[in-house]
Amino acid sequence: MQQRVNQAETKTATLWQWINNTFHRFGSPKYFYDLTGKLLPWCWAGVLLVLIPGLIWGLAFAPPDYYQGNSYRIIFIHVPAAGIAMMGYAVMAFAGIVTLVWRMKMADVIAKVVAPIGASFTFLCLVTGAIWGRPTWGTWWEWDARLTSMLILFFLYVSVMALRAAIEHPDVAARATAVLSIVGIVNLPIIRYSVNWWNTLHQPSSIRLTGSSLAPEMLYPLLACIVGFYFLFAVLVMLSARNEVLLREYRSAWVKKWLKP
Amino acid sequence: MYFDSFADFVAMGTHGPYVWSAYALTLIVVLANLGVILHQGRKVQATIRQKLRRQQLQEQDSYEP
Repeated sequence: MQQRVNQAETKTATLWQWINNTFHRFGSPKYFYDLTGKLLPWCWAGVLLVLIPGLIWGLAFAPPDYYQGNSYRIIFIHVPAAGIAMMGYAVMAFAGIVTLVWRMKMADVIAKVVAPIGASFTFLCLVTGAIWGRPTWGTWWEWDARLTSMLILFFLYVSVMALRAAIEHPDVAARATAVLSIVGIVNLPIIRYSVNWWNTLHQPSSIRLTGSSLAPEMLYPLLACIVGFYFLFAVLVMLSARNEVLLREYRSAWVKKWLKP
Repeated sequence: MYFDSFADFVAMGTHGPYVWSAYALTLIVVLANLGVILHQGRKVQATIRQKLRRQQLQEQDSYEP
């Protein structure tokens, strides 16, 4: 009995050690650079083999919507873009927490490069939504809860970028933007549940874990597009973070290997 | 293919302009992101090389009085 308890303890200890080691390894710029170098081809493959077929499927092969006709085909970019916009913000805020608590320099690299990419997907979500709203609701824009909270997300991204640009000292900028991003997290559940909490023009989400309201012929290409957009986001973040890492670590010996002649 | 002809596909019922402008915008935003990042990559390489060269020159200067 005692032996079994000891065994369990050793197991948790090793697991904890493994988590700890992995966490610390992610903090190493060289490890990050090597790892993303290996991951990038796979993510590019994801873009080519999942996103592009998904978009073609949604555009040309999925049936039109009974009520909305063909305008609903905007869903295949609008919904994935919204997902990336929110997930990107969560990543940025989480990186902010890591920056503040553990002072890990890689976390700030991620926070810095995610901001403009997340902002551009938020912009994409807002504009494709407006284009979809015109034939469907008869208006480009309405100050309803979902649309307004999404616009606030865009402004949050922009203010995080502006704050970083305004502070000259990189460490101070890292901590200030971390605090601002963390405060902005409150907006994420507001976006998520706005369609339930308020009476909105925006339709509630069609994909739920317990039975989606979308027909499978529409759901499958949409899922492919969502997964594909995650690959695209990963590619953009990794490419951009690799630039930033090289620039910050140029004094290290390993960087010289990556200088193109 | 759901559509009967290529013309049908482009027209999307009456929703062609909406659907295609949304997809065109997506392409523009994604390519702009990629373009900016690749351009930054080239700039970073140039900046690092310049910094290292300057460092080297300084070290040489301090060697020979």
